[in-house]
Amino acid sequence: MNRFEPYVFLRGLASRWDVLAFIVVIGLIAFLGETARGLFAPLTQLEVLPLSLSPSHLPEYAARTTFRMLVALLCSLVFTLTYATWAAKSERAGRLLVPILDILQSVPILGFISITSVFFLSLAPGRVLGAEFAAIFAIFTSQAWNMAFSFYQSLRTIPTELIEAAESFRLSPWMKFWQLEVPFGMPALVWNMMLSMSGGWFFVVASESISVGHSSVALPGVGSYIALAIEQKNLAAIGWAILTMLIVILLYDQLLFRPLVAWVDRFRVEQEPGERVPDSWALTMMRRSRLIKAATLAFDAAVLWTSRLGRRTDAPVVDSPPRPKRSLDVLWVSLIVVAVVLGTWHIVAGLIANTSVSEALHVCGLACITMVRVFILITLASVVWVPIGIWVGMRPRAAEIVQPIAQFMAAFPANLLFPLAVYGIVVWKLNPDIFLSPLMILGTQWYILFNIIAGASTIPAEMRYAASNFGVTGWLWWRRVALPAVLPFYVTGAITASGGSWNAAQVSELVSWGHTEIRARGLGSYIADAAAANNFHQIVLGVGVMSLFVVVINRVFWRPLYYYAERKYRLT
Amino acid sequence: MNSLPLLECTDVRKAFPKPDGEELLVLEGMNLELREGQIVGLLGRSGSGKSTLLRLIAGLAEPSAGRVRYLGETVSGPARGIAMVFQSFALFPWLTVFENVALGLEAQNLPRAEIRKRSLAAIDLIGLDGFESAYPRELSGGMRQRVGFARALVVHPNILLMDEPFSALDVLTAETLRTDFLDLWAEGRMPIKGVILVTHNIEEAVLMCDRILVFGSNPGRILSEIKVTLPQPRNRLDPSFREMVERIYVEMTARPKAGGRHERFPGLGIGSVLPHVGSNLISGLMEAVAAPPFNGKADLPEIASNLQMESDELFPVAETLQMLRFAELEGGDLKLTDDGMAFAHADIDERKRIFMRHLLAYIPLATHIRRVLDERASHSARKSRFIDELEDFMSEEDAEQTLRSVIRWARYGEAFAYDDENAMFSLENPT
Repeated sequence: MNRFEPYVFLRGLASRWDVLAFIVVIGLIAFLGETARGLFAPLTQLEVLPLSLSPSHLPEYAARTTFRMLVALLCSLVFTLTYATWAAKSERAGRLLVPILDILQSVPILGFISITSVFFLSLAPGRVLGAEFAAIFAIFTSQAWNMAFSFYQSLRTIPTELIEAAESFRLSPWMKFWQLEVPFGMPALVWNMMLSMSGGWFFVVASESISVGHSSVALPGVGSYIALAIEQKNLAAIGWAILTMLIVILLYDQLLFRPLVAWVDRFRVEQEPGERVPDSWALTMMRRSRLIKAATLAFDAAVLWTSRLGRRTDAPVVDSPPRPKRSLDVLWVSLIVVAVVLGTWHIVAGLIANTSVSEALHVCGLACITMVRVFILITLASVVWVPIGIWVGMRPRAAEIVQPIAQFMAAFPANLLFPLAVYGIVVWKLNPDIFLSPLMILGTQWYILFNIIAGASTIPAEMRYAASNFGVTGWLWWRRVALPAVLPFYVTGAITASGGSWNAAQVSELVSWGHTEIRARGLGSYIADAAAANNFHQIVLGVGVMSLFVVVINRVFWRPLYYYAERKYRLT
Repeated sequence: MNSLPLLECTDVRKAFPKPDGEELLVLEGMNLELREGQIVGLLGRSGSGKSTLLRLIAGLAEPSAGRVRYLGETVSGPARGIAMVFQSFALFPWLTVFENVALGLEAQNLPRAEIRKRSLAAIDLIGLDGFESAYPRELSGGMRQRVGFARALVVHPNILLMDEPFSALDVLTAETLRTDFLDLWAEGRMPIKGVILVTHNIEEAVLMCDRILVFGSNPGRILSEIKVTLPQPRNRLDPSFREMVERIYVEMTARPKAGGRHERFPGLGIGSVLPHVGSNLISGLMEAVAAPPFNGKADLPEIASNLQMESDELFPVAETLQMLRFAELEGGDLKLTDDGMAFAHADIDERKRIFMRHLLAYIPLATHIRRVLDERASHSARKSRFIDELEDFMSEEDAEQTLRSVIRWARYGEAFAYDDENAMFSLENPT
């Protein structure tokens, strides 16, 4: 599989574009929230749908949840194909769009669910549709950025020869997009869709049951089901929900992603005939089915038709040097200026006016606590999973079994398992500051494991022979051979795990069981409290500080480490 | 001859288990002896098990039967005193030249000062001074392999194992490295006492070795042993050198007497592994042999150098011609049959017709697939059906490759069609 390399095109620590992007993003969020706040009133009498804990309803709930995921995935796809294309095609736009994407990727959006919910509910007051939009939007935010990144990167790396070939056949831009650019970006995109999906399950569970002010909106789905189960302290129901989710994810994998991965293999540019071709029974089934064949033929015909429509460029395509368009430049720059001014204004007006310095310092202190927690947990997870991952990765048989399990565990929404842990903490009266912490990494540790496995399995056989021929064993072997070989993979996994843990902090530092609330001190519980109280300023402050921490940690720690590992330890 | 041999292999056999519980025999009846001051070459085509034997000697794998003894002791696990140079260099990209070289000494827990002294000496010996702090990615292929040599020599091994050490290098660099190595060897400046060189390059073997063991494949075994008594340094243009190269070519193309009717055309069952050779290579070689100066009969070493192919690349193509009965292989010569000559002079359509006739007549697997397709009402069949059949005779990879080869040939000869997406064979070509 192509590994997604997050930062290849963004060298350097931070440019002024990053600062701009940060301001724009946070400003936009603040703006959204404030707009929504004004429209808050009519929402208090929101109808609450009756939910039932009977397991017989679970298939229906699961279907609703899955449908939400699918809609969000489609939205992400549309966003990817437009946003990334725009960023790649226009140098001018790309300069701001790419850093924005990077910041968005780091913003722990979970804390905003209640704000965005209010916003979307206000669009369709009193209707379930608004809540649906809000949930879908939450899932979208967990998927779109990394998909767009991957596609942007693919667009920037299309071999010149292929572009020249497309141009020499005078393909219209529309045709070029569908015949060259999209297919070329497909393998990486599908792979990232799979990763995004893993994150999405976590969000769908968190976003289905939202409390807005004093009332709560519960959309029928597995997430609401589990929220109700927690409220009613029903352990059996939680068991049923976990089982349902296992089945749903398994089906998604088998019916959607396996076929996609197998299908997308044909778009690989570098074809090595000896390589093992991915296989999927579902794809084979679809390919053999006449009905589906007929459907794809119709689709092909439609594509061809749109291509004909687009093909109006009978004039010879001459590559004239692009003239600098002054007016466009002016427009673009002024747009940025307006965005920056607006963003800054909202942050200043919204935060500084309403928060005291002591409050800000307090929040920073909480962020430090959460940061320490994240680092300790990443370290612990690494100590456990790195040796195991290397051991497994060096044994193809074992890797074949463990790798899918690790990927599956990464996809499984860990928040479903929280109630079990909380139950334990309540029963045994454990210290929540310590024992709630592992929940943050429950779902994200698997990224470390499966990246390490992937890394260890790429160590060439001859290199292993060389080590063993020269008697390199024991600690020397770990230090000089195994650990360096997996370092680039480890960093990729740890970046994902760390980002995910920050996000998870918002649901894992404050958990409840029935009416018992357990909290760990940290930024996560601060945001969760603010969200429950609908305190807009505190939410923005909390999420803003968290974003700042995540971005800064990425820039000063993970990114340099990533480059260092790539440069020095990447096996070519 | 009274002293203990450095290395001794007796009746070594190596087989790998197959998924179906049977085993795949790779090496059989290996007997080999390495004495002090010798360079022994293991010469054979890819798949003849020579690299496997090297790994058994290095203690990186265990023989299924028989014994490998180093200085009288049975080798079990990597032995100190046996060092290896790899085809792909196998350097650690995150270590500098110095660190790569020093790694083997670090593993021996030597004092730091000694590690430094010996590493620098090895780096110096192999002509790498000045590059100590460079990373492998900063070096050219030739320099990288020098690091590979320095790394092997620094542990002061008695035996140096070389696994096609020059085959990943360009011709000029490879020659420089060979000459440097032979100079150091002749001057006795390397700490090694004996060398085993795995190669598929006949000239390289004759240039460097005192004894050459010619390997046959399926399963790997020693076909013959050739002593090279030419004095060092050897000259490639020397008539006796050429003669020896020629002799080995004959040796390697000779087939064991099957005793059947087809003395010149070895009998092929459905279970024969088909080489990975495309139709362009097949017709290209036939054209080259049919054209002057060969006019239908070519000396293998000659046509190899004429086409700038290595023997390892040429053999499978020549063998394919033989299988398809477009040519006979005998005594180091490749002689086109009448049909082969006709093919060489025909136009595209005629060529396809001739090719299809030969394919269906002489490649039993093609015949079999065609018959199955003809017999079925749907005129189509799953690939898995044939894979299963082939796996009774060969490994999974070989079955895949064999089927791929037959598909390529069938497509060229338009004998039957194959749809990769559905993994289906059929008679008609898709629209």
